[in-house]
Amino acid sequence: MAETHSLQDLQQPAVSSKVFVQRDYSSGTICKFQTKFPSELESRLDKQQFEETIQTLNNLYAEAEKLGGKSYFEGCLACLTAYTIFLCMETHYEKVLKKIARYIKDQNEKIYAPRGLLLTDPIERGLRVVEITIFEDRSIGSGR
Amino acid sequence: MKNCEYQQIDPRALSVLPSSAQNHTEKKAQRPRRKWEVFPGKNRFFCDGRIILARQNGVLPLTLSLIIVTCGLFFAFDCPFLVKHLTVFIPVIGGVLFVFVVLSLLRTSFTDPGILPRATPDEAADVEKQIDTSGSSTYRPPPRTKEILINQQVVKLKYCFTCKTFRPPRTSHCSLCDNCVERFDHHCPWVGNCVGKRNYRFFYSFIISLSFLTSFIFGCVITHITLRTQAGKTIVQAIQESPARYPFLELVVCFFSIWSILGLSGFHTYLVASNLTTNEDIKGSWSSKRGAEDSGNPYTYNSIITNCCATLCGPMPPSLIDRRGFLPHDEAIPAVSASEIELPPFTAKNDAHMCTPSTKDVLERMVHSLDSQGLCSPGTPKTTPLNGEVSSAAALSRDASSSAGCSQQLDHQAVAAHCPLFSRSSKRDSLHSINPAFRLAAPSPSLSRTTLIQGDAPDTGFIPLP
Repeated sequence: MAETHSLQDLQQPAVSSKVFVQRDYSSGTICKFQTKFPSELESRLDKQQFEETIQTLNNLYAEAEKLGGKSYFEGCLACLTAYTIFLCMETHYEKVLKKIARYIKDQNEKIYAPRGLLLTDPIERGLRVVEITIFEDRSIGSGR
Repeated sequence: MKNCEYQQIDPRALSVLPSSAQNHTEKKAQRPRRKWEVFPGKNRFFCDGRIILARQNGVLPLTLSLIIVTCGLFFAFDCPFLVKHLTVFIPVIGGVLFVFVVLSLLRTSFTDPGILPRATPDEAADVEKQIDTSGSSTYRPPPRTKEILINQQVVKLKYCFTCKTFRPPRTSHCSLCDNCVERFDHHCPWVGNCVGKRNYRFFYSFIISLSFLTSFIFGCVITHITLRTQAGKTIVQAIQESPARYPFLELVVCFFSIWSILGLSGFHTYLVASNLTTNEDIKGSWSSKRGAEDSGNPYTYNSIITNCCATLCGPMPPSLIDRRGFLPHDEAIPAVSASEIELPPFTAKNDAHMCTPSTKDVLERMVHSLDSQGLCSPGTPKTTPLNGEVSSAAALSRDASSSAGCSQQLDHQAVAAHCPLFSRSSKRDSLHSINPAFRLAAPSPSLSRTTLIQGDAPDTGFIPLP
């Protein structure tokens, strides 16, 4: 058990808690997350930083779901080919989702990881929540 | 002291398990399981998770056979006569319509309708906590509905006890499939699947093209019989003479189908134009007759064309359930005792393969094998100490650590699991990166690689491209 202790000490900080940023349905069923700053993050993160991240995510999802000439063209083309075109082509939504994944990774590296936080890509939670994992702050000395 | 309970290290956990369980784990390690195999809903999967169907799809074969038999009879008996007497375009048009109908039908049946994955235990706990704090739980059960404003209209969100989450608006739980489906329209037994956000357009194109097809065949058969009659015989003689009780059979099938299919098409055209679902229409959710205030549909764009375009030609949302992703090992290991029971039904599912390996399959396998020798992949570390689950040694340990021992094989599969985004896009995943969170407290990188607290690495459905 002593070995376990020492290895544990050298490992990842343990997860202290998780915060879930829920969806904001005020504009309908489009994918949008609430920008309300969770109280658990107050000690770790700027409110502005958080809002900026969420707002950018919302904008990216809005871009994915935008109804416009391009999406209509894609839809009509798909219909004409009896939807077989989706077997070869990546949809616009999928392209934007990749962009979102890159953005989240970037944010994690630059802003969240140095503060002991981790953003989870909402697609892994079925676009229901943005999960922010809060790690124990080792630098303070949790005294384990 | 908490750390002592926090046995999240693979090699440690495996060493304390009884040896028989360890054998099971190793066996399981050699056969990585995909998420569709443990999908909690009542669905059936084919082609290794690419195709999804409801469990009760009894009428789908009937639908298919009705279409195929009727069209077969049409091509066999009516077309030769009509080509001779009318035009060669008749079988051409019939053929195009038939192909379109069958493709739309298969696409409707085999597509994920927009199933919402169930909430993770952490999420469910969080929601429960919020419900308890907001409601007065002493005298009555905590409220299980939440009211929100959508476009200045009050909409009630219901809590789904099965999926442990508040359902998004327009989402409904299908009892036949035991899933919450987004923009739930209805569960269609003819198609053998729910009709929801992702496959509504396929369903609509199916019923529209089927209306055209049945009308076309009906018209052709009538023409056929009329032409024979004109040659101086009575109808009865004409029917008896042609190889030809068969056109009569087609007539009967088409006649009865036309009423129902045309009616259904008309109904769904109305729904599309007003941006409603069958579910909402039947329940009268936005009927202005109810209540004094103007409770219109908050989702409509107030323009028929925009509604149609949005519903039918809008962007295609992705599947949220990641059927083909690999299971993280922390979910696999606690199921060790149940694995013996679970494996036989799953192998039965595997035997039900309907597809032959396609080019995409081959490419996917290539990517898997390349990636298993490739670089690290991110995981979003998700430790769930609540359940005491053992987390998997993730991608990082794959790089070298032979000291990880038997977890190394698990890692290969964990890496391979990162590849498929959706069932189609596996070949696009190429770049992986080290999860930045690991830099936080890993003074000794080699140690941190071998003994990681990380779970759900294969849960990552999305790998950023370079």
